[in-house]
Amino acid sequence: MAVQETPAAPPVVKQKKDGLFSKKNLQILRDPLDDTNPVTVQVLGICSALAVTVQVKPALIMSLGVIFVTSFSNLIISLLRKSIPTRIRIIVQLIVVAMLVTIVDQTLKAFLFDVSKKLAVFVGLIITNCIIMGRLEAFALGQKPWPSFLDGLGNGLGYGLILIMVAVFREFFGSGSLMGYQIVPQWAYDHGYVNNGLMVLPPAALFIIGLYIWWQRSRNEKLVNVS
Amino acid sequence: MHSNQYTLIYAAVLSVITAIVLAVAAEGLKPLQDENIALDTRSNILKAVRLDYTDRDKINETYDTKIQEMVVNVAGEVQEEKPVQIDLKNQVNIDPAERKLPLYIYTGEGDKKYYVIPLRGTGLWGPIWGYISLEEDFNTVYGAIFDHKSETPGLGAEIAEYPFQKQFQGKKIMEGDKFVSVNVWKTTYKSPLGQEHRVDGISGGTITSNGTDDMLENCIAPYVSYFDKINTKNQKQVAVK
Repeated sequence: MAVQETPAAPPVVKQKKDGLFSKKNLQILRDPLDDTNPVTVQVLGICSALAVTVQVKPALIMSLGVIFVTSFSNLIISLLRKSIPTRIRIIVQLIVVAMLVTIVDQTLKAFLFDVSKKLAVFVGLIITNCIIMGRLEAFALGQKPWPSFLDGLGNGLGYGLILIMVAVFREFFGSGSLMGYQIVPQWAYDHGYVNNGLMVLPPAALFIIGLYIWWQRSRNEKLVNVS
Repeated sequence: MHSNQYTLIYAAVLSVITAIVLAVAAEGLKPLQDENIALDTRSNILKAVRLDYTDRDKINETYDTKIQEMVVNVAGEVQEEKPVQIDLKNQVNIDPAERKLPLYIYTGEGDKKYYVIPLRGTGLWGPIWGYISLEEDFNTVYGAIFDHKSETPGLGAEIAEYPFQKQFQGKKIMEGDKFVSVNVWKTTYKSPLGQEHRVDGISGGTITSNGTDDMLENCIAPYVSYFDKINTKNQKQVAVK
C-alpha cells in the first residue's frame, strides 16, 4: 500500500503494511456476503431485487452491473476522497455513480440488447440503489482505494448472491426453467404439474428474501439480536 | 472547509471529465446499438405477423425474403421513399392528409398477404409504439405487438406482454364501410360497437390503455383509402375473371 515510511524517524511503532489480500482485506471482501449482507441484513436495494429476479439471466446481468458500479464508484471516490469539497460531496458521488451506470447501460444496449430491454429502467435505477451511496458515504470517503474497491466488490457480490438465489427459485418454480433452459420435463406437466404463478409476481421475491433472512439469522450467531 | 472558488472549479472540472468519458462511450458504441435497434424493428415486424424468432440470422433472412417495404400517402398513392427514411415520430403528429405512411407487406404461406402498419403514440411516461398486421380483407387483425419506453412495470407496461397483444387477433377495424378501429376499453364500457371492435384495457394502466387506443386510431385511419384502392382493384380483377 502507499504508506510512505520515513527512514529517519525512530521506529517507535513499526507501521505494519497490509498485503493485498491480508486477513483484514479479505474480511472486508467476505463480510458483505453474509454477516453484513446489504440485502438481507441491511435490507437495502430491495426494489430491484423484486423487479429483476423473475429469470436468472437478467438477475445475473443486473448483478454484474451493480458489482461493476459499486467497486469502481468506491475506488474512484476513495481516490478523490481528499480533494472532494465536503459541501458538494453527495453531488460528486452522484456524478461518479451516474457516469458508471450510464456506461453500463450503453454497453448493455450495444452487446446484450435483449437483456437491456428486459432490465429497462432498472439499470438506470442503479443510481438510486441505496447500497452504492451507502458504501460511498460509509466506507469509501474514509478509506484507502484498495480496501474501498474490495468493499465495493464484496457488497456487489453480496447483492448479486441474493439476487441470483431469488431468481433461481423464482424461475424454477415459476417457469420450470433455469437460464431459459427447460428443467421440468414435459411429462411432469402431462401428469398435472403446474407452474406456480405467484413466483412470477413481485411478492414472491419478498417471501423468498424473508425466508432467507429467517434461515440466515437462525444459522449465523452474530446476527441474533441484531437488527 | 474548501473555498467557494475551489468548490466551483472542482465541480466544473469533474463535470467536464465525466461528460467527455460519456461522450466517448456513447459515440463508440453507437454503431452497435443502431444495428441492434434495426434488428429489433425487423423482429417486431415479424412478430406482428406471428413469427417469433430470436436468432439474428433467421430474422434477417426471413425479413429479406418475405417482407416487402413501401410507403404510401393518404390518397393511396405509392411514394418513392423507403420506410427507413420516414421518421414516424414526426409523421404521427402532423395532419393525416400530409403524412407519409410506411407499410410492410408480408407474403405468407400460399401467397397470402399480410399488411403490417407501424404505430406510434404516447403512453403515460413516454412514447409507446408497435405494429399491427391486417389480413387480405383489410379488416381482420392478424396480429399485434406493442412496446414502450418507460411505462410502469405491471401496469401500463402490460401492453408489451403477450396476453394483452393476443386479444387483438381476429378483431375487425371496419364496421361496414366505416373505419372504427380496435378500441381499448374497459369491458363494461357502454358503446354501440360490438365485441369484435374492442379489447379489454389494463386495470391500473388507464392512461397507457387510452394512449394505445388513440395510437391505433390515429395510425391506422390514414391507410384506409389505400386499402380501398387495392380492394377495388382486386374486385375488378375478380369481375374480369
